[in-house]
Amino acid sequence: MAVDLPIQPRRTSKALRQKRLLIEAGIVVAIALVLILVMPLVLTGFRLGLLGRFLSLAIVALGIDLIWGFTGLLSLGHGIFFALGGYAFAMYLQLTELPAGQLPEFFSLYGVSSLPWFWQPFYSLPFTLLAMVAIPAIVAGLFGYLVFRNRIRGVYFSILTQAALVVFFNFFNGQQKLINGTNGLKTATSVFLGQQVGGPEMRYFFYVATVIALALMYALCRWLTSGRFGRMLVAIRDDENRVRFSGYNPASFKVLVFAVSGAIAGIAGALYTVQSGIISPQAMDIGFSIEMVIWVAVGGRATLIGAILGAVLVNIARTMLSERFPDVWLFFQGALFLLVVTALPDGIVGWVRSRFGDRLPALFGGPSAVPAYVAEMELEAESYREKELADQ
Amino acid sequence: MSQSVATPLPIADPLTAPMLKISGLNFFYGESHILRNVDLTVPKGQMVCLIGRNGVGKTTLLKNIMGLLRPRQGDIQYEGQSVTALSPDQRARRGIGYVPQGREIIPRLSVRENLLVGYEALGNRGQSINRQTIPEEIFELFPVLKTMLERMGGDLSGGQQQQLAIARAMMGKPKLLVLDEPTEGIQPSIILDIEAAIRRIIATAGISVLLVEQHLHFVRQADYYYAMQKGGIVASGPTQELTNDVIQQFLAV
Amino acid sequence: MIEGLIAGLFDGISIGAVLLIVALGLAIVFGLMGVINLAHGELMMLGAYTTYVVQNGAKGLGGWAVESYIFVALPLAFLVAALVGLLMERSVIRHLYGRPLETLLATWGVSLILRQFVRSVNSPMAIGLVIFAALFVVGLWVLRRYTDWERIRSWANPVFFLLSFAIAALAGFILQSSGSAQFTRAWFSARNVDVTPPSWLRGGLALGTVLQFPYARLFIIVLTVLCLVGIYWFLQKSVWGLRIRSVTQNRSMSACLGIPTERVDALTFALGSGLAGIAGCAVTLLGSVGPNLGGNYIVDAFMVVVVGGVGKLVGSIVAAMVIGIITYLVGSGTLALVLSPFAALQPVTDFFTFFATTSMAKVMVFALIIAFLQVRPAGMFPQKGRSVEV
Ligand SMILES: Nc1ncnc2c1ncn2[C@@H]1O[C@H](COP(=O)(O)OP(=O)(O)OP(=O)(O)O)[C@@H](O)[C@H]1O
Ligand SMILES: [Mg+2]
Repeated sequence: MAVDLPIQPRRTSKALRQKRLLIEAGIVVAIALVLILVMPLVLTGFRLGLLGRFLSLAIVALGIDLIWGFTGLLSLGHGIFFALGGYAFAMYLQLTELPAGQLPEFFSLYGVSSLPWFWQPFYSLPFTLLAMVAIPAIVAGLFGYLVFRNRIRGVYFSILTQAALVVFFNFFNGQQKLINGTNGLKTATSVFLGQQVGGPEMRYFFYVATVIALALMYALCRWLTSGRFGRMLVAIRDDENRVRFSGYNPASFKVLVFAVSGAIAGIAGALYTVQSGIISPQAMDIGFSIEMVIWVAVGGRATLIGAILGAVLVNIARTMLSERFPDVWLFFQGALFLLVVTALPDGIVGWVRSRFGDRLPALFGGPSAVPAYVAEMELEAESYREKELADQ
Repeated sequence: MSQSVATPLPIADPLTAPMLKISGLNFFYGESHILRNVDLTVPKGQMVCLIGRNGVGKTTLLKNIMGLLRPRQGDIQYEGQSVTALSPDQRARRGIGYVPQGREIIPRLSVRENLLVGYEALGNRGQSINRQTIPEEIFELFPVLKTMLERMGGDLSGGQQQQLAIARAMMGKPKLLVLDEPTEGIQPSIILDIEAAIRRIIATAGISVLLVEQHLHFVRQADYYYAMQKGGIVASGPTQELTNDVIQQFLAV
Repeated sequence: MIEGLIAGLFDGISIGAVLLIVALGLAIVFGLMGVINLAHGELMMLGAYTTYVVQNGAKGLGGWAVESYIFVALPLAFLVAALVGLLMERSVIRHLYGRPLETLLATWGVSLILRQFVRSVNSPMAIGLVIFAALFVVGLWVLRRYTDWERIRSWANPVFFLLSFAIAALAGFILQSSGSAQFTRAWFSARNVDVTPPSWLRGGLALGTVLQFPYARLFIIVLTVLCLVGIYWFLQKSVWGLRIRSVTQNRSMSACLGIPTERVDALTFALGSGLAGIAGCAVTLLGSVGPNLGGNYIVDAFMVVVVGGVGKLVGSIVAAMVIGIITYLVGSGTLALVLSPFAALQPVTDFFTFFATTSMAKVMVFALIIAFLQVRPAGMFPQKGRSVEV
């Protein structure tokens, strides 16, 4: 039997592809410009702040989509990476503009007189910016390595990520003397680039930064998922063993993509923190991390645009519902989980796609999100067919 | 889920209807067409043998009969009634006993428990049977089993597992016994044992048998044969008419 | 010194017993269906609230009832949780068979709903629910009887569901807005409630001067042992147990032998859920009861399943005990205390002191679990022919 690679060459011609790509880039830039220039005129400052936060949550959703939608890894622990990014930035903001030799205020509550060693590098902005991305990526990569190399996957992986989340929560929650425990770190009154973080100028600055970051992360994910690498991820999702038998090591791809996803969540966490004014262990609440998954599911997994749409829509729904009927929100969210899983497995984008077919712009393109078992059957059948051909 | 099952044939009289009647069966794995318009009949009290080279779709056909796989098209009638919509356990309880290729012994149940599980196929039939004990007939058919009742099913040798699988199917008092290559990978003396047991089952229990087999000697015991190639039935008839030509064409490599 | 260690061991075992009783149902369901039920903690919570209700009833009766309510509460908690579990399995989980990740998300949805349910349930809502169930069930029954059900089921099911839901919601809403304050009050307060253990479970068994074994914890240990024996007996000796074991090991062959696999699934899920109810009843002896009660135990219980491996009860037992004992020895500082006399081990002692709180102990246990999985990825007692990747 001829060993067939899990990666099929794309058939579309190069010119067509480039044209589509240009159109897509145009659309992304246009949307970003609308968000940056028009939205501030339409929305009140409070609403704009909310939108900024939702957009930063959309960034995490992209990361989740990368691993769940495309690679089939369901992480219930992305709050870890989100919080790590947030803490990194918040630690810098605690230290900046502080007179030399003085400690952030909360330390005095616990009688800590010298700065814990790991705070030291956060005096530096470049280090902080790097740490925001690198620390979550390293933690994710290490965790992924330890888990994937043993071929632990599926539900096992998911509940291990959840356990890791609880562990990180406990750690941050319990260490008052190191990072202010339950209270978390506040950023609103800190000064960044000469301006108060909570002030209107800075708020707009971070809003714009969020929009740009979202666009960049979208581009990154699009790049990752469209090429050879992306088809490899989908192949891993659909039939990991086949990838292994074809001579690739799925574990290393999974570690890599998990680390990238963690880094994306770290960026999102940092942006969210400065816009909401605080990072606390609450960011590692179990429910919050699972909710991230539902954003992606609502929008449509394995479609990047779906992840963004889902994150924004679900969060708008949450704000509206919990403003008016706080009781209803949990019922609604629970029903959403059930609905998306049973009736709308491909989310909003999948639904749109099934109604309007292939006539959609590339923005909605990308590999389909058929449940893995279906794809698996088809893949298997395909390999048998090829075998049959070879036999004749 | 079968999408477009052909309109079921009018329900036949269960007394005269054949035990099993498959008509126009088409099955696909994904997009590959594995079974093509298969028609096959097993008359009451007869033994029918299905032959064909490796990979032509024999096992797939049997799995369709059991309900493990659902055909895209076609109908399967058992005792004159369509069973196409029934689940495997419902079919088993109607009296189809299955001895799969690879035996599928439940590995961490003891031999006794493996046999007792066979009672499940009785369903509401045979209410009077004491379902805690194993009847002597089983041990008469397969004496080896008696000595190893407490061993784990997974620890038996291949030949012993095969005998256990047949015995297990017999526990449910099937009306139709479906056997998938019962002699595959088994030493000649045990093959003779198994053959004798199956002959005895047919003689004493009067049941119908559908057998997939490569062993010519065994094939010749059947009343009818069907030959399969590339998913379709290409020859059939009484076994006496099974000439060497046919064998050369459809069985030999 | 020795007493300290014995006391530590006892406490560890009692933590392990709680873990085990929580994990038991999870492990059985996971072994059979490859499904992790994230609502397991909420089923526990239902068991705990059932206990609370029973106890309130018993207080009304007074006297002996107050002392023995727990023996009524245990089977009732089992029943309530088992029924809710059965409902879950029949309505949602069975449609997701073979898609474990989706099942995970769906059960989380159920857990959110259950949590909010106990917060906001009041009489109008309960009446609405009853109306809904009656409409839906009766409607389906009528439809099934008088129409060609198979043909219309694809649209009739959701339409009927929504219709009954809308009517019931309307009825509930009308009751809610017209009823008296007494009538519309939530049944359970939003804050945690306390269950008072019977007097014979307060205090403890004193051995010598230092050792003190609280009766409540002894009771839980005994209860866990009883549950284990019961489960073992059920799985090994009963007809349904044989069916469950058979389906767990080879689903499709079991079906071909005539075992009704759907009913086996439903029954097993109900059994696992019922065990969660018992666990919930048990933990009312240890602390207060609230909507988030399950969350405190559930992640540890998952770890028991991961470390124990699927398919063998003994795996869960050993895993629960080991995790319980390590958690206690590290978390209570016993280990640090034992090491402290040795000056040479000062860094090690400091290390363990750092982890000597309940929550930090979990950090350490998790690290140990990850390390353990490097050696035995499929758990302590991996099942032959079954891979980790379920
Ligand atoms: N799970 C599957 N998915 C896709 N194709 C399959 C699957 N199982 C079997 N096939 C293909 O279906 C065809 C028929 O297989 P089947 O097992 O029915 O053959 P068989 O006649 O029983 O062969 P043998 O004599 O070797 O047992 C083969 O080409 C096989 O490769
Ligand atoms: Mg075969």
